[in-house]
Amino acid sequence: MATTATVQQTKWWTGGKSPFNMEYGKLMMWYFLMSDAFTFGAFLISYGSIRFSQNFWPDPSVVFNAFPGAGHANLPLAFVSVMTFILIISSVTMVLAVHAGHNNDKQGVVKWLFWTIVGGAAFLGCQAWEWHHLITGEHAVLVNGQLDIVGQTTRINPWGRLAAQADIATAIQNTPREMLIRLAEMGGHEHAGTAHTNFASLPNAELIKAIDVEGLHIRENGPVAFGGYFFGITGFHGFHVFSGVIINIIMLLMTQKDVFARRGHYLMIEKAGLYWHFVDLVWVFVFLCFYLI
Amino acid sequence: MQHPAFEEVTIHHHTDDATFKKKVKNTTILLSVITVVELIIGLTIYNIHKGEAPNELLVLMFKGMVCILTLAKAYYIVSVFMHLGDEIRNVIMTIVVPLLLFIWFITAFIWDGNSYKNLRNKYDAHYKETSVTPAKH
Repeated sequence: MATTATVQQTKWWTGGKSPFNMEYGKLMMWYFLMSDAFTFGAFLISYGSIRFSQNFWPDPSVVFNAFPGAGHANLPLAFVSVMTFILIISSVTMVLAVHAGHNNDKQGVVKWLFWTIVGGAAFLGCQAWEWHHLITGEHAVLVNGQLDIVGQTTRINPWGRLAAQADIATAIQNTPREMLIRLAEMGGHEHAGTAHTNFASLPNAELIKAIDVEGLHIRENGPVAFGGYFFGITGFHGFHVFSGVIINIIMLLMTQKDVFARRGHYLMIEKAGLYWHFVDLVWVFVFLCFYLI
Repeated sequence: MQHPAFEEVTIHHHTDDATFKKKVKNTTILLSVITVVELIIGLTIYNIHKGEAPNELLVLMFKGMVCILTLAKAYYIVSVFMHLGDEIRNVIMTIVVPLLLFIWFITAFIWDGNSYKNLRNKYDAHYKETSVTPAKH
């Protein structure tokens, strides 16, 4: 009670001290982060607005079910939870770096900043893998009355409604021969015996029969906005992570060159830390909006 | 206590190592547990969707729970990791009060999107027919 009373009795606005009890740079970092929260908020809310305006929206467990090295295994949420934990842990190491800075412990700052940078780089690596997997993925899709094989880009994505069997039967007749061969090769692994069949030598009617329509789980093309929002928002977040890693590397170099030791304080680490935690904070919401709901 | 570098900063927060370590450890565990619970709910939603007749109300409730858990995570990150909870009230207010704009921001835009969908479904039967999810067979 005694300490609270002291704080309340302090006359913050009489001059000679910071009314916010905070140095300029840190306060401005807070206001920058607040404005950045509105930028990310606007992106995510716009995504929500479009999503609510559609009758159909892709199911995240259908879109994000891959894991590096697991082939075609269906593992919804697995990889993104790894990414989430990487960011949480790197946030913790950043807290430890800031605390070491408070204690003027140079070795501690260097050690924990290093692990924070490793975490950031690992996260970026995961994101690169995920983007690559989505863009180069091969999914049979029914688009414009034909069958096609596409990945997820900002122009098209294969995450629409499951196509009706009757529509597929019509579309397969209008599909160019080259595409039929590719579809047969894609569906081929389901039939053990036909795995090495030379589909290119089959006539069209045989080729169509050889395509494993059930196994391909053919969908219609999904809402175009899905790809744009996903790559736009995770890309903007990834860019924040990237710049955070660069800032942390600069902080690490400055620490090692004793810049902060000579200054007598490690307040710069604190500001870089605020930015880094913010990046983690934004991911919490990106994770919610794209992967969980 | 004067801040070593900025004499205008009059109150300097300093927690001893033991208290600090305990706080960080507890917060880390809490964030991890919340994330695991979120993942479990996510997988529950996935399994409900896989079933024959998904209970949309139940899915909506689970999604609401995940949103609340996410807000709790955000609170702990900002308050403990970013130390906003340790700052004086004036600072907290200048940052938190503007963020209240989000209440209107989210409500208005989600409402607008939903209204657009309802109007379109009402006046464009073809659109509705070709975009509403058909029953799985």
